[in-house]
Amino acid sequence: MDPRTQHEQRSLLPSQNLERVEGWGMSSDAVSYVFRPSTLEGITEVFAMARRTGRSIGLRGAGRSYGDAALNSENIILDLTRFCRILEWNPESGVITVESGVTIRQLWEYILPDGWWPPVVPGTMFPTLGGCASMNIHGKNNFRVGPIGDHILEFDLLLPDGRIMRCSRQENSDLFHAAIGGFGMLGCFVRLTLRMKKVYSGLLDVTAINVRSLDAMIEVFERRMETADYLVGWIDPTAGGASTGRGVIHEANYLKPGDDPNPAQTLRLENQQLPDTILGILPKSILWRFMRPFLNNLGVRLVNNAKFHSSALIDRDGKSFRQSHAAFAFLLDYVPNWKRSYGSGGLIQYQSFIPEATAADAFREQLTLARRAGYPPYLAVFKRHRRDDFLMTHSVDGYSLALDFKITRANRRAIWDLAGKLDAIVLKAGGRFYLAKDSTLRPEVAREYLGDAAVAEFMRLKHLCDPDAILETNLSRRLFGAAATTLHGR
Amino acid sequence: MSIPWNSAIVVGASSGIGEAIARRLAREGCRVALVARRGDQLGRLRDELNRSAGRDIAIVAEHDVRNRPEIPMLFQELTRQLDGLDLIIYAAGIMPKVAVDEYDSEKDAAMMEVNTIGAMAWLNEAAARFERVRRGTIVGISSIAGDRGRRGNPAYCTSKAALDTFLESLRNRLGRFGVRVVTIKPGFIDTEMTRGTPGLFWLISPDRAAELILAAARAGRTSAYIPGRWRFVGLVVRSIPSILFRRLSI
Repeated sequence: MDPRTQHEQRSLLPSQNLERVEGWGMSSDAVSYVFRPSTLEGITEVFAMARRTGRSIGLRGAGRSYGDAALNSENIILDLTRFCRILEWNPESGVITVESGVTIRQLWEYILPDGWWPPVVPGTMFPTLGGCASMNIHGKNNFRVGPIGDHILEFDLLLPDGRIMRCSRQENSDLFHAAIGGFGMLGCFVRLTLRMKKVYSGLLDVTAINVRSLDAMIEVFERRMETADYLVGWIDPTAGGASTGRGVIHEANYLKPGDDPNPAQTLRLENQQLPDTILGILPKSILWRFMRPFLNNLGVRLVNNAKFHSSALIDRDGKSFRQSHAAFAFLLDYVPNWKRSYGSGGLIQYQSFIPEATAADAFREQLTLARRAGYPPYLAVFKRHRRDDFLMTHSVDGYSLALDFKITRANRRAIWDLAGKLDAIVLKAGGRFYLAKDSTLRPEVAREYLGDAAVAEFMRLKHLCDPDAILETNLSRRLFGAAATTLHGR
Repeated sequence: MSIPWNSAIVVGASSGIGEAIARRLAREGCRVALVARRGDQLGRLRDELNRSAGRDIAIVAEHDVRNRPEIPMLFQELTRQLDGLDLIIYAAGIMPKVAVDEYDSEKDAAMMEVNTIGAMAWLNEAAARFERVRRGTIVGISSIAGDRGRRGNPAYCTSKAALDTFLESLRNRLGRFGVRVVTIKPGFIDTEMTRGTPGLFWLISPDRAAELILAAARAGRTSAYIPGRWRFVGLVVRSIPSILFRRLSI
């Protein structure tokens, strides 16, 4: 259709709402009309505006997805960060009801003084709970407690036509299991009820364990996962040969009643805050500038070597110490804006999930391939997972390896090509992917790991909840095509 | 290193420099919106570009730049269909024949409407967008004729001089936001507009002009004579004292 004919039928979007919006990794961005309502009525009005203007809506929380999951080029972004009230909290039962823009930070700061902690948190405290539910995020305890979806009791989902669907394991169960992890394609979470985890101290017992290979790392994980509450592995991605996969595991365990002589003190928020300075002098807000000179192949090799060998000296006896929940959980928040040290091209994170039986070989192959291609990841994090029953799940009974790659204009195509080769390893090993991290997947790979049956069921629900395909993102168009295709009009 | 252009609007794309620029952009893989009055010509060009690219790389909008109320919505629709906008080129222009003793306000108004006011209307839309998103390139096709008020076509010279000043103002406004604004001053280009005009020299093809224009914009030039040798002509013409200039038959 001629654009002139189309625009005659539509109304204008306010150009003052136009913004350039980035994925968290800064390697992808989009120009969108951004709206930040603070009420349910405001959200409903944005849906109505989408219909009037013939635009799609991409849902966005805190924008912590690394790639294009919260981008929606030339269409509407519904930013829910101002829709952030805690609606109900029962400190006896640990059940909390929130609006979807409430962040993990708001949540733990609200409940910790009552002796509760979110059962699942990601490596940063800034995502919203709507975003966490949309991506069904996991933590360092996924092998033990599953993803956040396993702790959501019920939610209200606003559909693009204005209907609100209440969903739980008993009510609209199919939608419950599809909207959690449904990357914002079925509706907008407007109210979420979750059960929190009781804790008896503001501290965790943490043990660091130095391991000299990937096999050794897996051996420790398998041995400790029966009893540990949290397990996470840092891997030196620059090490090759027999040392491939060497690194440091951190195990953390909740304190039992009585272990902490002064829980009232350790549960106070001031004992959870991350420090603002390094060594009491250097403001952490400028630390990323000092990291920048090291963010190249040589610098990263040196830093990773130093980190591994210093850990080998310090942690060889499995030394334990106590650390606050926030300090252990939110490693990504230690250095504000650390992503800027990667330069203007930003980074992508490539995270794949592989069943236990094939994980060691597959991840060794990935690390070797990346290193030999001349693009070693600059950060590698290893975690243990378990299966869950959500339709679009990323999880497996096995392991995940998250690899951070620096992106420049010169290497972008090569990194995307490399990601394609890494995908082949994952598919061959029966693995899966995580859309909160994704920047590079191709439609055929997504369809293969999800399986035809899951995709068909998801599309059936999409048709029921959003028949006009109002909800879209750059990620959804990249992986599943578009009802609203560019150059043809909706 | 310059940022690649993935999407562009060319206003005045049905012929001449605009058409040549659109062809070059499409060949480079840039999605391009072709805007002009003549729908038939635009349609043919779109089909040709899409066929060559093997995909839908071009879209068209039949539009008269004098229809200003239409522009905001059309601009928004085109940016949506292009999935973004990195570059806008205003190449629409008219230069009706004007006798040396002719004083026709209608012709003059038409030149101002198309060459200047239309440019302002389109480039204002782009400027507002680029300022908000902190990137983008604006290219205005002006003319060496805007350097002085020549006796041959007062309104044409005026329209291009006004366009020069407008572009300079935009440049001064938007430079701090990382937005490039480029003023292009072509000499004689072999187009419909100049065809049959006596006394032309250093004539170049529209395609060569397009090549030079895009190179100047990529290089981050603020203004460029096309081809470059006209810069010296411009320098000389601008340097001639008025008292002498009025005696010259140019």
